[in-house]
Amino acid sequence: MRTEIRICGFGGQGIILAGIILGKSACLFDGKEAVQTQSYGPEARGGASKCEVVISDTAVDYPKVQSPDILIAMSNEALIKYIVDLKDDGTLIVDPGTTDVEDVRDYIEEHNIKVFEAPATKTASDEIGLKIVANIVMVGAITKITKVISKEAAIKAIEASVPKGTEEKNIAAFEAGYALIE
Amino acid sequence: MVEELFIQGNEACAKGAIAAGCRFFAGYPITPSTEVAETLARELPKVGGSFVQMEDEIASAGAIIGGSWGGTKSMTATSGPGISLMQENIGYAFMSETPIVIVDVQRGSPSTAQPTMAAQGDMMQARWGSHGDYEPIALSPSSVQEFFDFTVKAFNLAEQYRCPVFVMADEVIGHMREKIVIEDDIEIVPRKRPEKTDDYLPFENIENGTTPMPAFGDGFNIHVTGLTHDERGYPDTNDPETHDKLIQRICDKVLNNKDKICSVRSENCEDADIIIVSYGAPVRSAIEAVNKARANNQKVGYVKIDTPWPFPDEQLREIAGNASDVLVVEMNLGQMYYEVDRALKKDANVHLMGVIGGLLPTPDEILEKIEKIGGN
Repeated sequence: MRTEIRICGFGGQGIILAGIILGKSACLFDGKEAVQTQSYGPEARGGASKCEVVISDTAVDYPKVQSPDILIAMSNEALIKYIVDLKDDGTLIVDPGTTDVEDVRDYIEEHNIKVFEAPATKTASDEIGLKIVANIVMVGAITKITKVISKEAAIKAIEASVPKGTEEKNIAAFEAGYALIE
Repeated sequence: MVEELFIQGNEACAKGAIAAGCRFFAGYPITPSTEVAETLARELPKVGGSFVQMEDEIASAGAIIGGSWGGTKSMTATSGPGISLMQENIGYAFMSETPIVIVDVQRGSPSTAQPTMAAQGDMMQARWGSHGDYEPIALSPSSVQEFFDFTVKAFNLAEQYRCPVFVMADEVIGHMREKIVIEDDIEIVPRKRPEKTDDYLPFENIENGTTPMPAFGDGFNIHVTGLTHDERGYPDTNDPETHDKLIQRICDKVLNNKDKICSVRSENCEDADIIIVSYGAPVRSAIEAVNKARANNQKVGYVKIDTPWPFPDEQLREIAGNASDVLVVEMNLGQMYYEVDRALKKDANVHLMGVIGGLLPTPDEILEKIEKIGGN
């Protein structure tokens, strides 16, 4: 089965690292195939940032996302721009601190979208004391909601991907995100 | 130890260079190739190598020619605007038979166009970019694994044939991340140094149309020039025979070994009515298009060109000669298309699907094009 995931927001939010962790979890630790791609403007920070991951049980030929099964929006601009590509019955995960799902309510209802709110930025600030780990909080929420990667694989991939010395904070961020969803 | 990594194409290229024995990189960073330089700036010093950020691209090409004559396997990486600036020294490298590797991660072009978007607009520049007659070798990777493997292969071919070798990647392959497996028994062609004999000539045909070169400092009394030269390397610019002999040898060392250099892969072509021909990132779309078409009982196959240069005429004719239609999918408005058309002569109707703008053509777009061809 091929699962297409798109994570989008602003440059600087760690959108791309979140996608790398999903891809790395799947293909180095869960025994699946994965490809991660990205697109961004010429700016280093503040511009739109989009990261895509395709996870599959078999080889991933076409590497880009065409119609995502799962959309994660960490900015309202990105939510409005990319909601229209989300598949019918698809999964939408938003950070309510940076988005407003009411803006896309019509699409959600027409296309039977499953919506989850994961307050990643607030959780990162309040529970970890570091706003910059909001992306890892979101990886925790994605893991719990979608089960597209296993929790064990995610933890190994985070440890292998974040800067040395920050593993503990990042794992705590992941656990906090994982606990956000019942 | 076999290593499994989930990394970017550009990082894989840098790792391939180090695995192949590259110990000198000179370059001028440019999107979408920058991670090649970034990775080598970090990793080369750890293995006793050197990294130099140059003032521009022509200087980068000059520096790696110098690095190679210093006895060190050398590489640069750039994109379209940089490859344009390097052309004068690329010609010098062909004429002086200097093994170097030039990585081009292609982006939207011409000029500075689309830094973060994909294209394959430099294919003819790799072929004809510098003035005069020469035969380049170029490899086009379609996966992160291939960007590693083809970089290693590029170094090996550069040493075997003593010439520049291009790795013609694109933004999709440069920036995407996939799993790669790095084996511990990678085949490497080491730099061969000549024996110091009284009759050593640095520019004659001993093996593969060329001969091992010494490094500066080895004590050989030779001359290296871009002027037409004799077998000793000394200029002899007015004798037509000297020029003819030199340039024929420089071309023939590649052309006479095409069977060893050229590589194509194909699937589902035996009974195909339509064959898709592509190279680089579009191969990914072509494979998926073929899988979808076959599931729909359409007789479609694909050919993946690993080595655009020298162009694999014979292999292509063997595989695609019986198809009624051939569709070339590339991210430019028609470059390798003309080569495919030439190679297949009148055997097949050759169609072009030239896509510009920066996005990888989708499998469905290819299938739509196939429908149209089938309907005609």
